[in-house]
Amino acid sequence: MTAAVTADPAGRDRDGRRRPAVPSWALGIAGLAGLMALAELVPRAGLVRERYLPPFSDMVSALADQAGTDAFWRALLETLRGWAIGLAIAMAAGVVLGIVIGGVPPLRAALTSTIEFLRPIPSVALIPLAVLLYGTQMRSTLLLVVYASFWQVLMQVLYGVQDVDPVARETARSYRFRPLTQVRTVIWPTALPYVMTGFRLGAAVALILEITGELVIGSPGLGRQIAVAQNSNAVPSMYALVIVVGLIGMLVNAAARAVERRALRWHPSVRREVVS
Amino acid sequence: MSVLPVLRRIVLLLAVPVLLVAAWWAATANSTDFFWPPLSDILGTFDDTWFHGRITSDVLPSLARLLAGYSLALLLGVGLGTAIGSARVLRALLEPSLEFFRAIPSPVLVPILMLFAGIGNGMKVLVIVSGCVWPVLLNTVEGVRALDEVLRDTARCYRMRPHSRFVHLVLRGASPQIAAGARQALSIGIILMVISEMFAASNGLGFTIIQFQRSFSVPQMWTGIILLGLIGIALSVVFQTVEARVLSWYTGLRRSQREG
Repeated sequence: MTAAVTADPAGRDRDGRRRPAVPSWALGIAGLAGLMALAELVPRAGLVRERYLPPFSDMVSALADQAGTDAFWRALLETLRGWAIGLAIAMAAGVVLGIVIGGVPPLRAALTSTIEFLRPIPSVALIPLAVLLYGTQMRSTLLLVVYASFWQVLMQVLYGVQDVDPVARETARSYRFRPLTQVRTVIWPTALPYVMTGFRLGAAVALILEITGELVIGSPGLGRQIAVAQNSNAVPSMYALVIVVGLIGMLVNAAARAVERRALRWHPSVRREVVS
Repeated sequence: MSVLPVLRRIVLLLAVPVLLVAAWWAATANSTDFFWPPLSDILGTFDDTWFHGRITSDVLPSLARLLAGYSLALLLGVGLGTAIGSARVLRALLEPSLEFFRAIPSPVLVPILMLFAGIGNGMKVLVIVSGCVWPVLLNTVEGVRALDEVLRDTARCYRMRPHSRFVHLVLRGASPQIAAGARQALSIGIILMVISEMFAASNGLGFTIIQFQRSFSVPQMWTGIILLGLIGIALSVVFQTVEARVLSWYTGLRRSQREG
Protein backbone atom coordinates (compact mmCIF):
# COMPACT_ATOMS: atom_id res chain seq x y z
CA MET A 1 0.00 0.00 0.00
CA THR A 2 2.62 2.49 1.07
CA ALA A 3 4.48 1.71 -2.11
CA ALA A 4 1.59 2.84 -4.28
CA VAL A 5 1.10 6.00 -2.22
CA THR A 6 4.71 7.10 -2.45
CA ALA A 7 4.70 6.31 -6.16
CA ASP A 8 2.21 9.14 -6.55
CA PRO A 9 4.29 12.24 -6.08
CA ALA A 10 2.37 14.40 -8.58
CA GLY A 11 5.55 15.54 -10.29
CA ARG A 12 7.51 15.78 -7.11
CA ASP A 13 9.72 12.94 -8.21
CA ARG A 14 10.71 14.72 -11.38
CA ASP A 15 11.14 17.95 -9.48
CA GLY A 16 13.19 16.25 -6.84
CA ARG A 17 15.47 14.83 -9.43
CA ARG A 18 16.19 18.20 -10.97
CA ARG A 19 17.27 19.91 -7.76
CA PRO A 20 17.56 17.28 -5.08
CA ALA A 21 17.63 18.67 -1.58
CA VAL A 22 20.30 16.15 -0.58
CA PRO A 23 22.48 14.44 -3.20
CA SER A 24 21.96 10.69 -3.31
CA TRP A 25 25.55 9.79 -2.44
CA ALA A 26 25.18 11.73 0.81
CA LEU A 27 21.98 9.85 1.57
CA GLY A 28 23.79 6.59 0.83
CA ILE A 29 26.56 7.45 3.26
CA ALA A 30 23.94 8.44 5.81
CA GLY A 31 22.31 5.06 5.30
CA LEU A 32 25.59 3.23 5.88
CA ALA A 33 26.32 5.35 8.94
CA GLY A 34 22.85 4.57 10.24
CA LEU A 35 23.48 0.86 9.75
CA MET A 36 26.75 1.09 11.70
CA ALA A 37 25.10 3.07 14.47
CA LEU A 38 22.34 0.48 14.64
CA ALA A 39 24.90 -2.33 14.86
CA GLU A 40 26.55 -0.41 17.70
CA LEU A 41 23.46 0.56 19.65
CA VAL A 42 21.30 -2.54 19.44
CA PRO A 43 23.72 -4.80 21.35
CA ARG A 44 24.74 -1.98 23.72
CA ALA A 45 21.11 -1.38 24.60
CA GLY A 46 20.76 -5.08 25.33
CA LEU A 47 18.18 -5.76 22.63
CA VAL A 48 20.34 -8.61 21.35
CA ARG A 49 22.79 -10.57 23.43
CA GLU A 50 26.34 -9.39 22.87
CA ARG A 51 27.33 -13.01 22.43
CA TYR A 52 25.26 -13.05 19.26
CA LEU A 53 25.81 -9.59 17.87
CA PRO A 54 28.79 -7.74 19.31
CA PRO A 55 28.75 -3.92 19.04
CA PHE A 56 30.13 -2.56 15.81
CA SER A 57 33.17 -1.05 17.54
CA ASP A 58 34.14 -4.52 18.78
CA MET A 59 33.97 -5.81 15.22
CA VAL A 60 36.21 -2.97 14.06
CA SER A 61 38.80 -3.60 16.74
CA ALA A 62 38.69 -7.33 15.97
CA LEU A 63 39.27 -6.43 12.35
CA ALA A 64 42.23 -4.26 13.33
CA ASP A 65 43.65 -7.18 15.33
CA GLN A 66 43.17 -9.45 12.35
CA ALA A 67 44.84 -7.00 10.00
CA GLY A 68 47.94 -7.17 12.19
CA THR A 69 48.35 -10.90 11.71
CA ASP A 70 50.12 -12.68 8.90
CA ALA A 71 47.48 -15.39 8.73
CA PHE A 72 44.80 -12.92 7.74
CA TRP A 73 46.74 -11.52 4.81
CA ARG A 74 47.78 -14.96 3.67
CA ALA A 75 44.16 -16.11 3.78
CA LEU A 76 43.06 -13.02 1.86
CA LEU A 77 45.65 -13.72 -0.79
CA GLU A 78 44.68 -17.39 -1.02
CA THR A 79 41.04 -16.44 -1.50
CA LEU A 80 41.80 -13.89 -4.20
CA ARG A 81 44.17 -16.26 -5.95
CA GLY A 82 41.68 -19.13 -6.00
CA TRP A 83 38.99 -16.78 -7.23
CA ALA A 84 41.14 -15.35 -10.01
CA ILE A 85 42.43 -18.71 -11.25
CA GLY A 86 38.97 -20.26 -11.20
CA LEU A 87 37.42 -17.32 -12.99
CA ALA A 88 40.18 -17.26 -15.60
CA ILE A 89 39.75 -20.96 -16.40
CA ALA A 90 35.97 -20.60 -16.55
CA MET A 91 36.22 -17.53 -18.79
CA ALA A 92 38.64 -19.17 -21.21
CA ALA A 93 36.68 -22.41 -21.43
CA GLY A 94 33.32 -20.64 -21.57
CA VAL A 95 34.30 -18.21 -24.32
CA VAL A 96 36.04 -20.76 -26.54
CA LEU A 97 33.38 -23.44 -26.17
CA GLY A 98 30.60 -20.88 -26.45
CA ILE A 99 31.90 -19.53 -29.74
CA VAL A 100 32.53 -22.99 -31.16
CA ILE A 101 29.17 -24.39 -30.08
CA GLY A 102 27.25 -21.24 -30.97
CA GLY A 103 29.00 -20.82 -34.31
CA VAL A 104 28.31 -24.33 -35.57
CA PRO A 105 24.50 -24.74 -35.75
CA PRO A 106 24.39 -28.58 -35.87
CA LEU A 107 26.64 -28.75 -32.83
CA ARG A 108 24.45 -26.27 -31.04
CA ALA A 109 21.29 -28.19 -31.86
CA ALA A 110 22.84 -31.42 -30.63
CA LEU A 111 24.21 -29.96 -27.41
CA THR A 112 21.34 -27.72 -26.29
CA SER A 113 19.55 -30.44 -24.36
CA THR A 114 22.77 -31.53 -22.65
CA ILE A 115 23.58 -27.97 -21.60
CA GLU A 116 20.07 -27.36 -20.33
CA PHE A 117 20.40 -30.58 -18.41
CA LEU A 118 23.81 -29.99 -16.83
CA ARG A 119 23.43 -26.29 -16.04
CA PRO A 120 20.91 -26.47 -13.19
CA ILE A 121 22.90 -29.12 -11.32
CA PRO A 122 23.83 -27.26 -8.15
CA SER A 123 27.58 -26.86 -7.82
CA VAL A 124 27.51 -27.81 -4.14
CA ALA A 125 26.50 -31.30 -5.21
CA LEU A 126 30.14 -31.69 -6.21
CA ILE A 127 31.48 -30.88 -2.73
CA PRO A 128 31.69 -34.49 -1.49
CA LEU A 129 33.32 -35.61 -4.71
CA ALA A 130 35.83 -32.77 -4.56
CA VAL A 131 36.69 -33.63 -0.97
CA LEU A 132 37.24 -37.28 -1.78
CA LEU A 133 39.35 -36.50 -4.82
CA TYR A 134 41.49 -33.64 -3.56
CA GLY A 135 40.99 -33.50 0.19
CA THR A 136 41.27 -30.00 1.61
CA GLN A 137 43.65 -28.72 -1.03
CA MET A 138 42.95 -25.59 -2.96
CA ARG A 139 42.12 -27.73 -6.00
CA SER A 140 38.90 -29.07 -4.50
CA THR A 141 37.55 -25.53 -4.12
CA LEU A 142 38.84 -24.65 -7.56
CA LEU A 143 36.73 -27.44 -9.03
CA LEU A 144 33.58 -25.87 -7.55
CA VAL A 145 34.53 -22.37 -8.63
CA VAL A 146 35.25 -23.37 -12.22
CA TYR A 147 32.12 -25.51 -12.49
CA ALA A 148 29.81 -22.80 -11.17
CA SER A 149 31.16 -19.83 -13.09
CA PHE A 150 31.70 -21.76 -16.33
CA TRP A 151 27.95 -22.09 -16.91
CA GLN A 152 27.37 -18.39 -16.34
CA VAL A 153 29.96 -17.49 -18.97
CA LEU A 154 28.96 -20.20 -21.44
CA MET A 155 25.27 -19.28 -21.40
CA GLN A 156 25.98 -15.61 -22.02
CA VAL A 157 28.41 -16.35 -24.86
CA LEU A 158 25.80 -18.62 -26.46
CA TYR A 159 23.20 -15.84 -26.26
CA GLY A 160 25.73 -13.43 -27.71
CA VAL A 161 26.65 -15.62 -30.67
CA GLN A 162 22.97 -16.15 -31.37
CA ASP A 163 22.45 -12.39 -31.47
CA VAL A 164 24.76 -11.87 -34.48
CA ASP A 165 23.04 -9.91 -37.25
CA PRO A 166 22.16 -12.44 -40.01
CA VAL A 167 23.00 -9.88 -42.72
CA ALA A 168 26.49 -9.36 -41.31
CA ARG A 169 26.96 -13.11 -41.08
CA GLU A 170 25.80 -13.65 -44.66
CA THR A 171 27.98 -10.79 -45.86
CA ALA A 172 31.03 -12.29 -44.23
CA ARG A 173 30.21 -15.61 -45.77
CA SER A 174 29.74 -14.07 -49.24
CA TYR A 175 33.13 -12.45 -49.00
CA ARG A 176 34.53 -15.82 -47.98
CA PHE A 177 35.97 -14.64 -44.71
CA ARG A 178 37.95 -17.38 -43.09
CA PRO A 179 36.36 -18.88 -39.96
CA LEU A 180 38.84 -17.12 -37.66
CA THR A 181 38.35 -13.79 -39.41
CA GLN A 182 34.60 -14.27 -39.11
CA VAL A 183 34.95 -14.86 -35.41
CA ARG A 184 37.16 -11.80 -35.00
CA THR A 185 35.19 -9.32 -37.11
CA VAL A 186 31.57 -10.49 -36.90
CA ILE A 187 30.93 -12.76 -33.96
CA TRP A 188 33.27 -11.29 -31.35
CA PRO A 189 32.06 -7.66 -31.46
CA THR A 190 28.43 -8.78 -31.20
CA ALA A 191 29.13 -11.23 -28.45
CA LEU A 192 31.40 -8.96 -26.41
CA PRO A 193 28.65 -7.26 -24.37
CA TYR A 194 27.30 -10.71 -23.50
CA VAL A 195 30.79 -11.96 -22.68
CA MET A 196 31.14 -9.02 -20.31
CA THR A 197 27.82 -9.79 -18.65
CA GLY A 198 29.01 -13.37 -18.28
CA PHE A 199 32.24 -12.08 -16.76
CA ARG A 200 30.36 -9.98 -14.23
CA LEU A 201 27.98 -12.79 -13.24
CA GLY A 202 30.82 -15.33 -13.24
CA ALA A 203 33.00 -13.12 -11.04
CA ALA A 204 30.29 -12.87 -8.38
CA VAL A 205 29.46 -16.58 -8.50
CA ALA A 206 33.14 -17.54 -8.40
CA LEU A 207 33.63 -15.54 -5.20
CA ILE A 208 30.58 -17.15 -3.58
CA LEU A 209 31.81 -20.64 -4.39
CA GLU A 210 35.40 -19.84 -3.39
CA ILE A 211 34.29 -18.73 0.06
CA THR A 212 31.79 -21.58 0.35
CA GLY A 213 34.42 -24.12 -0.55
CA GLU A 214 36.83 -22.73 2.02
CA LEU A 215 34.11 -22.66 4.65
CA VAL A 216 32.74 -26.15 4.07
CA ILE A 217 35.72 -28.05 2.72
CA GLY A 218 38.37 -26.23 4.70
CA SER A 219 40.74 -25.28 1.92
CA PRO A 220 42.93 -22.32 2.86
CA GLY A 221 41.41 -18.84 2.65
CA LEU A 222 39.11 -16.38 4.37
CA GLY A 223 36.26 -18.88 4.48
CA ARG A 224 38.34 -21.23 6.59
CA GLN A 225 39.29 -18.34 8.87
CA ILE A 226 35.58 -17.74 9.42
CA ALA A 227 35.07 -21.40 10.27
CA VAL A 228 38.02 -21.26 12.68
CA ALA A 229 36.64 -18.13 14.34
CA GLN A 230 33.27 -19.80 14.68
CA ASN A 231 34.71 -22.93 16.25
CA SER A 232 36.77 -20.94 18.74
CA ASN A 233 33.78 -18.75 19.62
CA ALA A 234 35.56 -15.58 18.49
CA VAL A 235 32.32 -13.89 17.52
CA PRO A 236 33.67 -10.37 16.83
CA SER A 237 36.42 -11.80 14.58
CA MET A 238 33.82 -13.83 12.75
CA TYR A 239 31.76 -10.72 12.08
CA ALA A 240 34.89 -8.81 11.08
CA LEU A 241 35.80 -11.48 8.53
CA VAL A 242 32.27 -11.56 7.16
CA ILE A 243 32.48 -7.79 6.69
CA VAL A 244 35.81 -8.19 4.87
CA VAL A 245 34.26 -10.81 2.60
CA GLY A 246 31.35 -8.47 1.88
CA LEU A 247 33.75 -5.65 1.03
CA ILE A 248 35.65 -7.94 -1.33
CA GLY A 249 32.34 -8.83 -2.94
CA MET A 250 31.54 -5.15 -3.45
CA LEU A 251 34.99 -4.51 -4.89
CA VAL A 252 34.65 -7.47 -7.25
CA ASN A 253 31.28 -6.15 -8.46
CA ALA A 254 32.64 -2.64 -8.94
CA ALA A 255 35.77 -3.88 -10.71
CA ALA A 256 33.75 -6.11 -13.03
CA ARG A 257 31.52 -3.16 -13.90
CA ALA A 258 34.57 -0.99 -14.59
CA VAL A 259 36.10 -3.64 -16.86
CA GLU A 260 32.78 -3.96 -18.64
CA ARG A 261 32.51 -0.23 -19.30
CA ARG A 262 36.10 -0.02 -20.41
CA ALA A 263 35.84 -2.95 -22.84
CA LEU A 264 32.55 -1.67 -24.23
CA ARG A 265 33.44 2.02 -24.55
CA TRP A 266 32.48 1.86 -28.21
CA HIS A 267 29.20 0.08 -27.61
CA PRO A 268 25.96 2.10 -27.96
CA SER A 269 24.61 0.97 -24.58
CA VAL A 270 27.58 2.49 -22.74
CA ARG A 271 27.83 5.56 -24.95
CA ARG A 272 24.18 6.40 -24.44
CA GLU A 273 24.62 6.23 -20.67
CA VAL A 274 27.46 8.72 -20.83
CA VAL A 275 25.52 11.15 -23.01
CA SER A 276 22.34 11.18 -20.97
CA MET B 1 6.59 -36.99 -44.25
CA SER B 2 6.07 -35.39 -40.88
CA VAL B 3 7.65 -38.27 -39.01
CA LEU B 4 11.14 -37.41 -40.17
CA PRO B 5 11.48 -33.93 -38.61
CA VAL B 6 10.06 -35.18 -35.33
CA LEU B 7 12.47 -38.08 -35.38
CA ARG B 8 15.29 -35.69 -36.15
CA ARG B 9 14.40 -33.53 -33.17
CA ILE B 10 14.22 -36.49 -30.85
CA VAL B 11 17.61 -37.70 -32.07
CA LEU B 12 19.10 -34.22 -31.58
CA LEU B 13 17.57 -33.98 -28.13
CA LEU B 14 18.74 -37.34 -26.88
CA ALA B 15 21.83 -38.23 -28.87
CA VAL B 16 24.46 -36.44 -26.79
CA PRO B 17 23.02 -37.20 -23.34
CA VAL B 18 22.71 -40.87 -24.26
CA LEU B 19 26.25 -40.89 -25.64
CA LEU B 20 27.58 -39.24 -22.46
CA VAL B 21 25.85 -41.71 -20.18
CA ALA B 22 27.04 -44.56 -22.36
CA ALA B 23 30.58 -43.20 -22.23
CA TRP B 24 30.39 -42.96 -18.44
CA TRP B 25 29.02 -46.49 -18.28
CA ALA B 26 31.72 -47.86 -20.58
CA ALA B 27 34.58 -45.93 -18.98
CA THR B 28 33.75 -47.17 -15.49
CA ALA B 29 32.38 -50.59 -16.41
CA ASN B 30 35.35 -52.53 -15.07
CA SER B 31 36.60 -49.75 -12.86
CA THR B 32 38.25 -50.80 -9.66
CA ASP B 33 39.06 -47.21 -8.78
CA PHE B 34 37.60 -46.56 -5.37
CA PHE B 35 36.34 -43.08 -6.23
CA TRP B 36 34.85 -43.91 -9.61
CA PRO B 37 32.70 -46.99 -9.10
CA PRO B 38 30.97 -48.51 -12.14
CA LEU B 39 27.84 -46.62 -13.11
CA SER B 40 25.88 -49.85 -12.94
CA ASP B 41 26.79 -50.15 -9.23
CA ILE B 42 25.72 -46.57 -8.59
CA LEU B 43 22.36 -47.04 -10.26
CA GLY B 44 22.00 -50.39 -8.51
CA THR B 45 22.31 -48.78 -5.09
CA PHE B 46 20.07 -45.83 -6.00
CA ASP B 47 16.83 -47.57 -5.13
CA ASP B 48 18.14 -49.03 -1.87
CA THR B 49 19.67 -45.77 -0.81
CA TRP B 50 16.80 -43.39 -1.37
CA PHE B 51 13.48 -45.11 -1.87
CA HIS B 52 13.28 -46.98 1.43
CA GLY B 53 12.50 -44.26 3.91
CA ARG B 54 14.97 -41.56 2.99
CA ILE B 55 12.51 -39.81 0.69
CA THR B 56 10.27 -38.90 3.62
CA SER B 57 12.97 -38.56 6.26
CA ASP B 58 15.56 -36.54 4.28
CA VAL B 59 14.48 -35.37 0.84
CA LEU B 60 11.05 -33.99 1.72
CA PRO B 61 12.22 -32.05 4.80
CA SER B 62 14.96 -30.46 2.70
CA LEU B 63 12.52 -29.48 -0.02
CA ALA B 64 10.01 -28.17 2.53
CA ARG B 65 12.66 -25.91 4.06
CA LEU B 66 13.66 -24.72 0.61
CA LEU B 67 10.06 -23.97 -0.30
CA ALA B 68 9.43 -22.12 2.97
CA GLY B 69 12.58 -20.05 2.71
CA TYR B 70 12.14 -19.31 -0.96
CA SER B 71 8.53 -18.16 -0.67
CA LEU B 72 9.34 -16.01 2.35
CA ALA B 73 12.22 -14.45 0.44
CA LEU B 74 9.96 -13.76 -2.55
CA LEU B 75 7.33 -12.08 -0.38
CA LEU B 76 9.88 -10.04 1.51
CA GLY B 77 11.89 -9.12 -1.56
CA VAL B 78 8.92 -8.01 -3.64
CA GLY B 79 7.31 -6.16 -0.73
CA LEU B 80 10.39 -4.25 0.33
CA GLY B 81 11.51 -3.85 -3.27
CA THR B 82 8.35 -2.06 -4.36
CA ALA B 83 8.53 0.21 -1.33
CA ILE B 84 12.19 1.07 -1.89
CA GLY B 85 11.82 1.34 -5.66
CA SER B 86 8.95 3.81 -5.39
CA ALA B 87 10.56 6.24 -2.96
CA ARG B 88 13.62 8.07 -4.23
CA VAL B 89 14.91 9.12 -0.82
CA LEU B 90 14.52 5.66 0.65
CA ARG B 91 16.31 4.18 -2.33
CA ALA B 92 19.26 6.55 -2.11
CA LEU B 93 19.44 5.99 1.64
CA LEU B 94 19.49 2.20 1.46
CA GLU B 95 21.18 1.39 -1.83
CA PRO B 96 24.84 1.21 -0.62
CA SER B 97 23.85 -0.85 2.42
CA LEU B 98 21.85 -3.24 0.24
CA GLU B 99 24.75 -3.57 -2.18
CA PHE B 100 26.94 -4.53 0.75
CA PHE B 101 24.55 -7.20 2.00
CA ARG B 102 24.15 -8.59 -1.46
CA ALA B 103 27.91 -8.79 -1.90
CA ILE B 104 28.32 -11.01 1.18
CA PRO B 105 28.42 -14.59 -0.10
CA SER B 106 25.40 -16.02 1.68
CA PRO B 107 27.02 -19.24 2.96
CA VAL B 108 29.16 -17.19 5.38
CA LEU B 109 25.93 -16.15 7.06
CA VAL B 110 25.40 -19.74 8.19
CA PRO B 111 27.76 -19.46 11.19
CA ILE B 112 26.21 -16.13 12.17
CA LEU B 113 22.64 -17.32 11.89
CA MET B 114 23.56 -20.42 13.88
CA LEU B 115 24.29 -18.10 16.80
CA PHE B 116 20.82 -16.63 16.68
CA ALA B 117 18.66 -19.51 15.64
CA GLY B 118 20.55 -22.59 16.80
CA ILE B 119 20.71 -25.50 14.40
CA GLY B 120 17.05 -26.28 13.94
CA ASN B 121 14.71 -25.87 11.00
CA GLY B 122 14.42 -22.16 11.75
CA MET B 123 18.10 -21.59 11.10
CA LYS B 124 17.98 -23.36 7.76
CA VAL B 125 14.92 -21.49 6.58
CA LEU B 126 16.50 -18.24 7.76
CA VAL B 127 19.71 -19.00 5.85
CA ILE B 128 17.73 -19.64 2.67
CA VAL B 129 15.74 -16.42 3.16
CA SER B 130 18.88 -14.40 3.84
CA GLY B 131 20.48 -15.59 0.62
CA CYS B 132 17.46 -15.55 -1.69
CA VAL B 133 16.05 -12.18 -0.71
CA TRP B 134 18.78 -10.00 -2.28
CA PRO B 135 18.46 -10.84 -5.96
CA VAL B 136 14.66 -10.57 -5.68
CA LEU B 137 14.85 -7.31 -3.75
CA LEU B 138 17.37 -5.57 -5.98
CA ASN B 139 15.70 -6.70 -9.19
CA THR B 140 12.33 -5.53 -7.90
CA VAL B 141 13.80 -2.14 -7.07
CA GLU B 142 15.21 -1.88 -10.59
CA GLY B 143 11.98 -3.07 -12.16
CA VAL B 144 9.82 -0.62 -10.24
CA ARG B 145 12.21 2.21 -10.98
CA ALA B 146 12.24 1.47 -14.71
CA LEU B 147 8.43 1.52 -15.04
CA ASP B 148 7.23 3.21 -18.18
CA GLU B 149 6.60 6.91 -17.46
CA VAL B 150 3.72 7.02 -19.92
CA LEU B 151 1.99 4.10 -18.26
CA ARG B 152 2.50 5.71 -14.88
CA ASP B 153 1.03 9.00 -16.07
CA THR B 154 -1.84 7.17 -17.75
CA ALA B 155 -2.66 5.35 -14.56
CA ARG B 156 -2.65 8.68 -12.75
CA CYS B 157 -4.90 10.32 -15.36
CA TYR B 158 -7.43 7.55 -15.04
CA ARG B 159 -7.25 7.94 -11.29
CA MET B 160 -6.63 4.28 -10.69
CA ARG B 161 -6.96 3.40 -7.06
CA PRO B 162 -3.73 2.71 -5.17
CA HIS B 163 -4.61 -0.95 -4.85
CA SER B 164 -5.30 -1.57 -8.53
CA ARG B 165 -2.39 0.61 -9.52
CA PHE B 166 -0.14 -1.54 -7.35
CA VAL B 167 -1.43 -4.78 -8.84
CA HIS B 168 -1.84 -3.77 -12.47
CA LEU B 169 0.88 -1.18 -12.96
CA VAL B 170 3.69 -1.67 -10.46
CA LEU B 171 3.70 -5.45 -10.00
CA ARG B 172 2.86 -6.17 -13.62
CA GLY B 173 5.42 -3.77 -14.98
CA ALA B 174 8.18 -5.02 -12.74
CA SER B 175 7.34 -8.70 -13.14
CA PRO B 176 9.91 -9.51 -15.87
CA GLN B 177 12.66 -8.15 -13.64
CA ILE B 178 11.20 -9.86 -10.58
CA ALA B 179 11.20 -13.14 -12.48
CA ALA B 180 14.87 -12.67 -13.38
CA GLY B 181 15.64 -12.14 -9.69
CA ALA B 182 13.51 -15.09 -8.65
CA ARG B 183 15.39 -17.33 -11.05
CA GLN B 184 18.75 -16.33 -9.56
CA ALA B 185 17.31 -16.75 -6.09
CA LEU B 186 16.19 -20.30 -6.85
CA SER B 187 19.66 -21.56 -7.66
CA ILE B 188 21.07 -19.74 -4.61
CA GLY B 189 18.30 -21.33 -2.53
CA ILE B 190 19.26 -24.85 -3.60
CA ILE B 191 22.90 -24.16 -2.75
CA LEU B 192 21.96 -22.84 0.67
CA MET B 193 19.60 -25.72 1.35
CA VAL B 194 22.52 -28.10 0.93
CA ILE B 195 25.12 -25.94 2.68
CA SER B 196 23.02 -25.29 5.77
CA GLU B 197 22.53 -29.04 6.18
CA MET B 198 26.20 -29.78 5.68
CA PHE B 199 26.99 -27.56 8.65
CA ALA B 200 24.72 -28.92 11.27
CA ALA B 201 21.71 -31.13 10.85
CA SER B 202 20.28 -34.46 11.76
CA ASN B 203 18.47 -34.99 8.49
CA GLY B 204 18.28 -33.63 4.97
CA LEU B 205 19.94 -34.17 1.64
CA GLY B 206 23.14 -32.26 2.38
CA PHE B 207 23.54 -34.02 5.70
CA THR B 208 23.04 -37.47 4.18
CA ILE B 209 25.46 -36.87 1.32
CA ILE B 210 28.16 -35.65 3.69
CA GLN B 211 27.57 -38.68 5.89
CA PHE B 212 28.11 -40.96 2.91
CA GLN B 213 31.29 -39.12 2.03
CA ARG B 214 32.63 -39.30 5.60
CA SER B 215 31.93 -43.02 5.80
CA PHE B 216 33.46 -43.52 2.36
CA SER B 217 30.26 -45.04 0.96
CA VAL B 218 31.25 -43.90 -2.49
CA PRO B 219 28.46 -45.39 -4.64
CA GLN B 220 25.86 -44.01 -2.21
CA MET B 221 27.55 -40.63 -2.34
CA TRP B 222 27.33 -40.70 -6.12
CA THR B 223 23.62 -41.45 -5.94
CA GLY B 224 23.28 -38.39 -3.72
CA ILE B 225 25.07 -36.22 -6.25
CA ILE B 226 22.86 -37.54 -9.03
CA LEU B 227 19.72 -37.01 -6.95
CA LEU B 228 20.72 -33.42 -6.18
CA GLY B 229 21.32 -32.84 -9.87
CA LEU B 230 17.91 -34.27 -10.75
CA ILE B 231 16.26 -32.05 -8.13
CA GLY B 232 18.04 -29.01 -9.54
CA ILE B 233 16.84 -29.86 -13.04
CA ALA B 234 13.28 -30.57 -11.90
CA LEU B 235 13.03 -27.28 -10.00
CA SER B 236 14.35 -25.31 -12.95
CA VAL B 237 11.79 -26.98 -15.25
CA VAL B 238 9.00 -26.09 -12.80
CA PHE B 239 10.26 -22.52 -12.61
CA GLN B 240 10.43 -22.16 -16.38
CA THR B 241 6.90 -23.50 -16.76
CA VAL B 242 5.52 -21.07 -14.21
CA GLU B 243 7.52 -18.19 -15.66
CA ALA B 244 6.38 -18.94 -19.22
CA ARG B 245 2.77 -18.87 -18.06
CA VAL B 246 2.99 -15.77 -15.88
CA LEU B 247 5.07 -13.78 -18.35
CA SER B 248 3.39 -14.99 -21.55
CA TRP B 249 2.16 -11.43 -22.21
CA TYR B 250 5.71 -10.16 -21.95
CA THR B 251 7.42 -12.74 -24.15
CA GLY B 252 4.70 -12.23 -26.75
CA LEU B 253 5.23 -8.48 -26.63
CA ARG B 254 8.98 -8.86 -27.01
CA ARG B 255 8.59 -11.21 -29.94
CA SER B 256 6.24 -8.87 -31.78
CA GLN B 257 8.58 -5.93 -31.12
CA ARG B 258 11.50 -7.89 -32.49
CA GLU B 259 9.69 -8.90 -35.62
CA GLY B 260 7.95 -5.57 -36.16
